[in-house]
Amino acid sequence: MSRGIALLLCGLLAAAFLLSLLVPWGDLAALLGEDRGLGLAVLRELRLPRAILALTYGAMLGASGAAIQALFANPLASPDLTGTTSGAALGAVITAYIFGFSAPIALSVGAVAGALGALLLLIALAGPRAETATLLLAGLAISALAGALTTLALALAPSPFAFYDAYDWLMGSLLDRSLAQAAFAALPAAVSILLLVRLSAALDSLTLGEEVAASFGHDVGRLRLWIVTLTAFGVGACVAICGAIGFVGLVAPIFARRVTGGHPGRAIVPAALIGAILLLAADLVVRTAPLGRTLPIGVVTALLGAPFFLWLVAHMRWRLR
Amino acid sequence: MSPLLDASGLAIGGRLQPSSIAARPGELVCLVGPNGSGKTSLLHAIAGIGGPAGEVRIDGHDPCRAGPDERRRLLSYLPATRDIAWPLAARDLIALGLSGGEGEAGIDRIVAELSLEDIAGRRIDRLSTGERSRVLIARALVARPRLLLLDEPVANLDPLWQLRLMDHLRLVTRRDGQAALIAAHDLDLAAAYADRLVVMRDGRIAAEGEPAELLASALIPEVFGIERRDGGWRPVA
Repeated sequence: MSRGIALLLCGLLAAAFLLSLLVPWGDLAALLGEDRGLGLAVLRELRLPRAILALTYGAMLGASGAAIQALFANPLASPDLTGTTSGAALGAVITAYIFGFSAPIALSVGAVAGALGALLLLIALAGPRAETATLLLAGLAISALAGALTTLALALAPSPFAFYDAYDWLMGSLLDRSLAQAAFAALPAAVSILLLVRLSAALDSLTLGEEVAASFGHDVGRLRLWIVTLTAFGVGACVAICGAIGFVGLVAPIFARRVTGGHPGRAIVPAALIGAILLLAADLVVRTAPLGRTLPIGVVTALLGAPFFLWLVAHMRWRLR
Repeated sequence: MSPLLDASGLAIGGRLQPSSIAARPGELVCLVGPNGSGKTSLLHAIAGIGGPAGEVRIDGHDPCRAGPDERRRLLSYLPATRDIAWPLAARDLIALGLSGGEGEAGIDRIVAELSLEDIAGRRIDRLSTGERSRVLIARALVARPRLLLLDEPVANLDPLWQLRLMDHLRLVTRRDGQAALIAAHDLDLAAAYADRLVVMRDGRIAAEGEPAELLASALIPEVFGIERRDGGWRPVA
């Protein structure tokens, strides 16, 4: 990644973060004019956690998408298509019924366990370097299974309130999260991203195949385990706080590899930056859309991401002809 | 002269029986044998692919204990497959073979030596299989490691490039004092360039020695089921 592109991405990220804090500006300006303390409290307690969550969740999805795609040598791998997010959602819903949605530690542990289970199942089903069709089928099967079990959990909800809470949370939202909750997602995500970045060189060498990577001294088995664990840990922690948000982890690495000349490992940092920008932008769309009510951000990323995914599949088909 | 490669007790499950092999600086050794005879497994065992598989010393160093940079200086391995996971530019792909201390100059040198100037800037997935092979060979050679482990390097190359590549390998081993272990199927090409031929059968080294002598011996019909007749190799009658 050239210095110019790195600066551009950092500038865009800073701009998106600032806009996320300040838009819509009219209400905030009026509040700051009337009661400065209240205005600052809104900024600190409502808008700051939301912006931090959009930034860290987006960055985590981008980085983990890039790492998973590099590991599977497949541009269609991503936390949502491999069932990681659905596994995390299932783990969190089950934990929430036991401990409630206001127990972030338990929710995080449940979500991480769900994500880890889904990724391990994927590797067991599809193999370590899965072909596109096998990967998608295995991911689809795991997503379907986790989705069905989540629906079953909803049907067996202990009370209508628990059902509504779970349903609302499942659609993915950054609304009404506290600074403490933001920290619960942001800290594990930051640690995971930093550790994933350390694996960049090993992931780049996987371009030459597992045998060559092993001849360079990289333990491919251990690398696989690290990526599965870090991805589950970071994505699971974010899902626990915000619910499942799709497609960012698929789209961000594809753009990121364009700025790294195709290097899959080096794409982790730009994918994190692009993922954060995308989710902050999606959140800005959510809060400025003139619909009279707030859309769940997971619905917006799915609406924007699904056509991109269709284009990608069609593009791959044309290329393979 | 002390050996550059000194390996003993190399074994991988049922694929490679305990074997020993050594190579001197500047020596080009060709491994020949039928499919499944253990050539690739022997190269894997020396490169430490899949973990240590015996006692290996390259210039006195154990490659399995070396870090990635030192390991790239000690050895490089070229697999028989030419599949590449991501469509990098040829030049970027060659750069993946560099060890820490080298830079663009190393890539320019190998690009010139293997006449890759016209394709270095192109994406690997847009090259022919033969061109891709040359790029991957350049990747294996770029760090000028002490030991080259090359699995069928001439596969997919046209006859002229087969000869040019073998000429180049003989040149660099002589000039830089590297040693090369090359798995090959073309017995005549192997015999023409190798200082020593190693014949493998059923996961073990069946014989090794001077190429012309070995090729003329009764071992070749026995191991490969072919014999020299009517000016070429034919199935044993």
